[in-house]
Amino acid sequence: MSRPVLDIKDLSIAYRTPGGDVRAVSHVNLALSPGEVVGLCGESGSGKSTLAYGACRLLRPPAVITGGSVLYSGKRTGSATPVDILRVPDRDLRAIRWRDIAIVFQSAMNALNPVLRVRDQILDGIQAHLRLPRGEAQDKAAELLDLVGIPRDRLRSYPHELSGGMRQRVMIAMALAADPEVVIMDEPTTALDVVVQRDILAQIVELKERLGFSVLFITHDMSLLLELADRIAVMYAGQLMELGASADIKNMPAHPYTQGLLRSFPSLRGARRELAGIPGTTPDLRSLPPGCPFIPRCGYAVPACSEVDMSLARVLGAVDPGHVTACPIVTPESAATGVGAAGATVPSEAGASKEGALS
Amino acid sequence: MSTESASQATLQSVAATRGALALETTGLSKDFRLGRGKTLHAVRDVSLGLYKGAVVALVGESGSGKSTVARMLAGQEKPTAGTVTLDGQLVSVSGTRAFRRYKSEVQYVFQDPFGSLNPVHTVGYHLSRAVKLHQGRGINVQQQVIALLEQVRLTPAAQFIAKYPHELSGGQRQRVSFARALAAQPKVMLADEPVSMLDVSIRLEMLNLLDDLCKRLHLALLYITHDIASARYFADEVLVMYAGQVVERGPAEDITQQPAHPYTQLLIASAPDPDNLGSVLKSGNSALRAGGTASGPALVGCPFSTRCPLADDKCRAENPALHQLTAVRAAACWRLPEAAPALVGSAAVNPSSPERIVNVDK
Repeated sequence: MSRPVLDIKDLSIAYRTPGGDVRAVSHVNLALSPGEVVGLCGESGSGKSTLAYGACRLLRPPAVITGGSVLYSGKRTGSATPVDILRVPDRDLRAIRWRDIAIVFQSAMNALNPVLRVRDQILDGIQAHLRLPRGEAQDKAAELLDLVGIPRDRLRSYPHELSGGMRQRVMIAMALAADPEVVIMDEPTTALDVVVQRDILAQIVELKERLGFSVLFITHDMSLLLELADRIAVMYAGQLMELGASADIKNMPAHPYTQGLLRSFPSLRGARRELAGIPGTTPDLRSLPPGCPFIPRCGYAVPACSEVDMSLARVLGAVDPGHVTACPIVTPESAATGVGAAGATVPSEAGASKEGALS
Repeated sequence: MSTESASQATLQSVAATRGALALETTGLSKDFRLGRGKTLHAVRDVSLGLYKGAVVALVGESGSGKSTVARMLAGQEKPTAGTVTLDGQLVSVSGTRAFRRYKSEVQYVFQDPFGSLNPVHTVGYHLSRAVKLHQGRGINVQQQVIALLEQVRLTPAAQFIAKYPHELSGGQRQRVSFARALAAQPKVMLADEPVSMLDVSIRLEMLNLLDDLCKRLHLALLYITHDIASARYFADEVLVMYAGQVVERGPAEDITQQPAHPYTQLLIASAPDPDNLGSVLKSGNSALRAGGTASGPALVGCPFSTRCPLADDKCRAENPALHQLTAVRAAACWRLPEAAPALVGSAAVNPSSPERIVNVDK
């Protein structure tokens, strides 16, 4: 694997509240290689958006980054060593944002200014970050709309005159304005119909291959990620539960939470089977129990689970050498044969080695 | 759409195998006046039946009219044309006692569990109010509330009575909504996207609960969704709506495994598929974009003709009626021989047999 373009190391983020810190993200490691699509998946409140925004220093108090670093090593940084986004001066940060790391925000309905024409919004961004003369900037805006397949005459439209899918495309066009190396997409298709969703995803992939950027794709929809992403990171209660190649996650999910998520989507093909989802509710981040946060909802939980340190260890037998899991108790094999549920009383038989090998 | 009633005369619903007919609509339509002489045909000529103990799913994209159908069934909108009957009794939107009884027998569950409960009242208040209203005097309200909470598996029930909505998770709130609907002891439940606002991990649990309630209490359930995979999982019969019309209907399993209408085919091809690891998305294949999502439904002819790869002049001029394919399936398309050659050819010899229906039973 070549040097990652974005390398999140040991990042922790907390929300300061009068009732104590809410640890929204704790000790997350995640690397993004050039041209790669990494999917970040989890339920609401799992910290996936906080992680992505925190990595760009976009969070405002009461959110505070309590530790870690985010190393960015793009082609345009001009230095041989990676830049730590969490420590660069504000001026440099402004230059990195959008030009190098762009974000497509969650709901296109609210992310566009309703009283500005599409053209003016795109121009705003181009002028602030690229400093092009007005004429060139206007050509650029038109080119951007071509890129995402919107007719040029839509430049004069207001956001309310566009359909949801078109608004989302405008957002993507704006993110791509400065030819970024990393694009963070936060649930870009959640509010859209499936047909439009597939359309936009196909377009994202096509643009990614043409322009060569990397994508950090945040969603709660695991079934979508399996199709789209090269690698998938699964988050729960602010922690990384499992990380691995999509095919690996699909074929041999190691963490019980991942297994549960995969069981939460009815399939359109194959046998119709009884599915259960994951019982219980997401934990309160203010008072997490020691050890694994998934214990209350986990069918395999044993007393040793409350002493798990949540470090990621390689999954034995995985095709992807980077496939890691935070669960030392359950192995993909035991889950597949159903041994785990009844007989996971011997944690020493765990199949995951705790060497802590992590890219 | 004039030939519809003729072709539908013999069309049966798979949901009928589960129980007796509870609610039926024939030719239900709703127009909204937009001003300046314009009219929006939100729902056009929808006929469907809800059967006791069965789940019927209405599937479609936003704006396809599926919620308007539910609102008409709930008596919140007056149909422009068509009739609704409950247990054979004709229903009309009015202020009469009979209509009030209808409204208690047909209950609506809303999409948003965060907006449908009053934040200043406890769970107990929400439920006891519904119990008092619908079950009348001479009953033990407290006992009923506890029974309701147990029915939706909010246990221990006594603990939940004093809770406020903000103390509950999304799934728990939606359970309270279910319980509130059940307080009226309804015959029919209309669930409008009941799980789309909930976390993915608890959606199936909620659908399983709905399914269980439906079977145990012999409720006739209308499940409205944009997620055709969940309709396959959960429903007996699926009706696919596009631009206010039912374009295809039939047993959930048949429709999802062998869609006949080009729109249903597009819908199923577009749904994320976990088993499709070597997906077109990864290779950047944009063939699907031929679907042309930029254009809205056509005003003349088949509404899907603007996006349909098979559309010809006839499609653009005339709106097709539902054409019966088997004893339990129908699709509204002029080009069915091309869109679904296997189905049209075998229609006469191979109707969906009862065994097939039993096989898909969960």
